[in-house]
Amino acid sequence: MQITLHLNGTSHPLDVDPRTTLLDALRHHLGLTGTKKGCDHGQCGACTVLMDGRRINACLTLACMAEGHDITTIEGLGTPGNLSPLQQQFLDHDGFQCGYCTPGQICSATGMLEEIAAGWPSHVSDSLDGPYDLTHAEIAERMSGNLCRCAAYTNIVAAIRQAAQGTREDAA
Amino acid sequence: MTRHLRVDGPTHDDRLDQMAQGVIGQPLNRLEGPLKVSGRATYAAEARPRDLAYGVLVQAAIPAGTVLDIGDAPGALAVIQDKRMIRYAAQGLDQKGPTSGPDRVEYMGQSIALVVAETFEAARHAAQTIAVRYKPEEVPVDPESVTPELPPKKQSAAGDVDKAMREAAFALDRVWRTPSQMAAAMEPHAAIAEWDGDHVTIRAALQMLSSNRKQMADALGIRESKLRLLSPYVGGGFGSKLGINAEAVAAAIAARELGRPVMVAMTRQQVFDLAHRRSETRQRIRLACDAGGRLTGIGHDVLVSTLPGSEFTEPVAQATPFTYQAAHRQVVHAVARIHRGCAGSVRAPGEAVGVTVFECAMDELADMAGIDPVDLRLKNIPDVEPTTGRPFSSHKLAEALREGAKRFGWSDRRPTGQRAEGEWFIGMGMAAAVRVNMLQESRARVTLVQDGHAIVETDMTDIGTGTYTILGQLAAEMLGLPPDRVEVRLGDTQFPPASGSGGSFGAASSGNSVFLACEEIRGQIAKAMGCNEADLTLQDGMARAGNIVRSLSELVNGTITGEGHLQPGKTEKSHRQATWGSHWAEVAVNRWTGEVRVRRMMGVFACGRVLNEKTARSQCLGGMSFGIGIALTEALEHDPRDGHAVSRDLAEYHIPTHADVPALEVHFLPERDAYVGPLQAKGLGELGICGAGAAVLNAIHNACGVRVRELPATPDKIIAGMDP
Repeated sequence: MQITLHLNGTSHPLDVDPRTTLLDALRHHLGLTGTKKGCDHGQCGACTVLMDGRRINACLTLACMAEGHDITTIEGLGTPGNLSPLQQQFLDHDGFQCGYCTPGQICSATGMLEEIAAGWPSHVSDSLDGPYDLTHAEIAERMSGNLCRCAAYTNIVAAIRQAAQGTREDAA
Repeated sequence: MTRHLRVDGPTHDDRLDQMAQGVIGQPLNRLEGPLKVSGRATYAAEARPRDLAYGVLVQAAIPAGTVLDIGDAPGALAVIQDKRMIRYAAQGLDQKGPTSGPDRVEYMGQSIALVVAETFEAARHAAQTIAVRYKPEEVPVDPESVTPELPPKKQSAAGDVDKAMREAAFALDRVWRTPSQMAAAMEPHAAIAEWDGDHVTIRAALQMLSSNRKQMADALGIRESKLRLLSPYVGGGFGSKLGINAEAVAAAIAARELGRPVMVAMTRQQVFDLAHRRSETRQRIRLACDAGGRLTGIGHDVLVSTLPGSEFTEPVAQATPFTYQAAHRQVVHAVARIHRGCAGSVRAPGEAVGVTVFECAMDELADMAGIDPVDLRLKNIPDVEPTTGRPFSSHKLAEALREGAKRFGWSDRRPTGQRAEGEWFIGMGMAAAVRVNMLQESRARVTLVQDGHAIVETDMTDIGTGTYTILGQLAAEMLGLPPDRVEVRLGDTQFPPASGSGGSFGAASSGNSVFLACEEIRGQIAKAMGCNEADLTLQDGMARAGNIVRSLSELVNGTITGEGHLQPGKTEKSHRQATWGSHWAEVAVNRWTGEVRVRRMMGVFACGRVLNEKTARSQCLGGMSFGIGIALTEALEHDPRDGHAVSRDLAEYHIPTHADVPALEVHFLPERDAYVGPLQAKGLGELGICGAGAAVLNAIHNACGVRVRELPATPDKIIAGMDP
């Protein structure tokens, strides 16, 4: 079937099998392999991308469902020579080892910080209406959909806190 | 020229400390980090050759028997069932391919064919719906249901443990069980194979390219020279990619048959079926001590399982003979041959579960004898390896215990069950960490270019361990270059053959080969400077000797190339080599639900020279988190009827998540081990897991008085142990 994906600010017409997931469309059809396949069942979070700014599992989304939405992948967040603040903090804090879950962690963290800014509570939040302190527990809870077998968790949380503080300081 | 070293004796001159660049050991960011955080590092399934076809493995639906025939696959390009396709993965360092012949089934889920189609969607559908007829056979799948083998070389005894137990002031005799566990690296195994005439290039997820090349050439029936393997980035290994697996062999056969490149990526469920599992274990521990807490007897009886004919068996009691002193000792290693998936190396084979259980037993003995658990360990540290009388290459256990107790606040620990916050019991636990240390033969080539940059080439892999970075740092240190002037090329069998990543030997083995290659280059620079290499100082692209200062661009005419070749030697036998540490945990146990939360966790480790403090620390964080998984959540359950892996995905096999892991703390003890090569560095990728789970389990007991001896300690087991 013919579809068009709006991806990282560019439109991509595609001819795909209707069964094609957004994840496989990215990896197999568009050569955007930054979005990773870890389980194909929405269990690991490695395929996390942003759809209209919200984090989703690309493996649980058919490509045709993504039509008409703005999709941002890791490639759209920064480049090796021009990293986003979160990407830079992941690098500085060693928030990854093998690097396979990393694009998903970074896309997820990007969406997660927006959720906190929008006042969404989590299971460990003290109140339902915020504002929320970026404690270790708050970030760890909200990031638990993204597995990391190298277990860079301690460093990932530190990276996210640092990046978020930088952003808050910029805003202040 | 090649500089060769066999490690036959100690290295007492701290060469790396005498260098001037000052980058070794520094916590530099990963060289390849910008590519990884921006999604540009390309893993096994991420090349896009023209005309790529997609393959999906077909799996056996019986535990054992014969495949009679396989039906058609409408919409597929081919259904391939080639006698060269392998039944299970090769073990680490195997020099030949594993057993082939997919018409014979040895375990449920075994790969029996490959379906190839134009699209992944079509191939997946065909593989899932293809009809297969079998002639099934009855086979044992429960390790307790068969008479186990007792391989003579794996049994050891000294004195009389039974007598020591009878005469002891305190004697402990308990049985623990650990379930099958999986590496569960985030990148599923995958391969892309492409032929050019009779030459094949396979891009795959592999940890040890030089031995993988031998295995693959043997499996395919081609010469090694006709085979190139590429693994520039590997999405985690933890043992699961030590040997070639079914997807890569199938991809190569299919690509040849179809005359076009073929990609085969395992599904996550297939990874659980086809990658080696860590064997479940039954461990009976006997400990006898006198009234003062000095051990008189140690018994460690182990039952593990694997497929018939498979050589590797989980070396559970590997560290038992040398961790603690006792006059009477016995190790029994029993192997049940059953038809669950093949067992193999998963991060720290042996110690990961062996030390963990042993350290739980030590905690129980301390409790029984009324001795502080730290003191009990300190009282029983041997001066030399107890079973052989060999000296230790270094021994840091006592220091790690004392340092850890101080840093963690161990003196604040309360007696069992006496600390609570609301509905949570709070407890502290500790354990010793120990892991054998090894070196493997490894080669590397370093090229110094006139413009003042260097290139390191070796077929070593970086599976998240930091290899790119530490090899770059080593070359920068030795050649006096800023680290950004060193390019490191890995993961390609066209480069000199390296140790590969496994058994914690990668950093030291490949690092020493780079060190030697750089020494060779330094020798040539010294010659051009007219000085001894020992008198040569290289820093920031300048060479100094006495009052002569020249730039490398003056001294290097084009390029200087040096090769390094490291081989383990006599120190492997003359000294017991090991890494040491201590684990500390504070947990909260919910008195109503039995839920366990790890609140604090700390590790103190000694591993010889630390090559990069940042990546080394990350290795430990990962190991300790594996320990949390072993203690609390990880279990690959097998169906008692057919042995198949039931919890075969990441929703059912619970690796620790963000919320399970607190901000972990890691400390290194400064050390130079003289017996492990000129780097004086030892392995670190596995030490962090060895005993970590025991600290958590012992903390659970301290919190609420419950001992869980059938791992993992899930809430149901904790509730069952609590007073009603």
